[in-house]
Amino acid sequence: MVSPHPKITIRELAIAYGPKTALHGLSLDIFEHEIFTVIGPANSGKTSFLHALNRLNDLVPGCRQSGQILLDGVDIRERIGAEELRRKVGIVFALPLPLPISIFDNVAYGLRMQGVRDRHRLGEAVTRSLREAYLWEEVKDRLHTPALNLSGGQQQRLCMARILAGQPEVLLFDEPTSGLDPISTAKIEETMLELKQRYTIVLVTNNVAQAARTGDRTAFFLMSEMIEVGETEKMFTAPADRRTSDYITGKFG
Amino acid sequence: MSPRTSQKIAFALLFLATLLVVLPVLLILAIIVAKGISAISLPFLFSMPRDGMTAGGIFPAILGTLYLVSGAVLFAVPLGVMAAIYLVEYSHDSLLARLVKLAIVNLSGVPSVVYGLFGLGIFVTFLGFGASILSGSLTLGIMILPVIITSAREALESVPHSFRLVSYSLGASRWQTIRHSVLPHALPGILTGTILGLGRAAGETAPILFTVAAFYLPRLPQSVFDQTMALPYHLYVISTQVPGIAENTRYGTALVLLALVLLLNLAAIVVRSRFRRKKKW
Repeated sequence: MVSPHPKITIRELAIAYGPKTALHGLSLDIFEHEIFTVIGPANSGKTSFLHALNRLNDLVPGCRQSGQILLDGVDIRERIGAEELRRKVGIVFALPLPLPISIFDNVAYGLRMQGVRDRHRLGEAVTRSLREAYLWEEVKDRLHTPALNLSGGQQQRLCMARILAGQPEVLLFDEPTSGLDPISTAKIEETMLELKQRYTIVLVTNNVAQAARTGDRTAFFLMSEMIEVGETEKMFTAPADRRTSDYITGKFG
Repeated sequence: MSPRTSQKIAFALLFLATLLVVLPVLLILAIIVAKGISAISLPFLFSMPRDGMTAGGIFPAILGTLYLVSGAVLFAVPLGVMAAIYLVEYSHDSLLARLVKLAIVNLSGVPSVVYGLFGLGIFVTFLGFGASILSGSLTLGIMILPVIITSAREALESVPHSFRLVSYSLGASRWQTIRHSVLPHALPGILTGTILGLGRAAGETAPILFTVAAFYLPRLPQSVFDQTMALPYHLYVISTQVPGIAENTRYGTALVLLALVLLLNLAAIVVRSRFRRKKKW
């Protein structure tokens, strides 16, 4: 199932905010067209890990990062600009964060920042990505109304469409359904499973069941360290580490 | 004393204190309106003064104040907003940045006559602009800079951090993020500060005293290097320097100045409340 080509290669990644360590030397490969899920309790370093993959940690004052991250074999800190990287590696945050502008403008934002002015091209990209995020039917008649008028679940799918518009290669999801109801959650998960045909997906989730439902491979983070990584099915049926089984069976969390 | 009685006394005292605050404002308004309203007419607003300023209108003073305020805003708003952007978006929380911020806050406490003296030294004499609209506008502009920087900073800081994060995450550069995701949402706040600064610039006498204001000019200013009459100074002149001016002319002039400033403050309040209603984050 999983193709052997590593899309992202992580070697000895360590992250600290001031004196506080967020992640200890982490080495990991993420393969093309897989959903790689990361589970673990709060403050285990999941989000820091995700934000390292598109260099959002660079924006945090006092954040220090060491180690190497390669995207298709290219060092993302040395050989590629942060802006270009973030277009290739899109992120959906825990809370739906539409900008307080129209639906259309939200989706077109990234392209416009790249200098695309052509109305026709923008319109096509907006339509395509809204379809990809399964939002098109619900919003096609009100593209120019404020995005903040959408429901929470629709806003989150809008955020997905927004990164898809830039034709990224990797999609990062940071607990994307933590604020959503079960039906919206199911829609988002369905969409992710669809999207993995074309993209590589890294999903951080505090919902163990969600990892089990969607993940191809799963990593378990605990207190700034990766305890275990492997095929999702195997991890959920026969975890190698005691702490992993305690966590996924709900003994702590 | 029973709790009921002390409650009543406390209420009475607090009410009295509030009344004492409101009273002077109402009194000033009432006196100025009562004594000045009879002078207000179209010729008063739109004609030149005649007969040693004892008759005719105050048009050159109104126009002069409008020139000065526009000049001050043209100079101070771009400068102030750019400084605020630098402080909020670019400078890290260094000692220098904190010192600069402190200096700006303190600058707003400098007495206006000191600005006047400063303007005289720098613009009128040193840079050789003479007593002119240019010197006066620049002096007023510097005086309202702290107001504009402080309010612009507050407006920029009130834009949620998530907007910036989202913008960066979509591949925008820092300037693009500021330009497209921060500034548009800070604009109403910046506008409010600008209008408040405008009101202050319109009403001040001391900064224009040495830098631009003319006692009396028979014609309107022709360029930015001309002197001009201005409402606050004109009011001072006709109230204390020229004998035999009718009382309602003096109060009428005060009423025009007051109305101008109150109108500007009202505009600021309207802008702010519209912004609050529209704001959804």
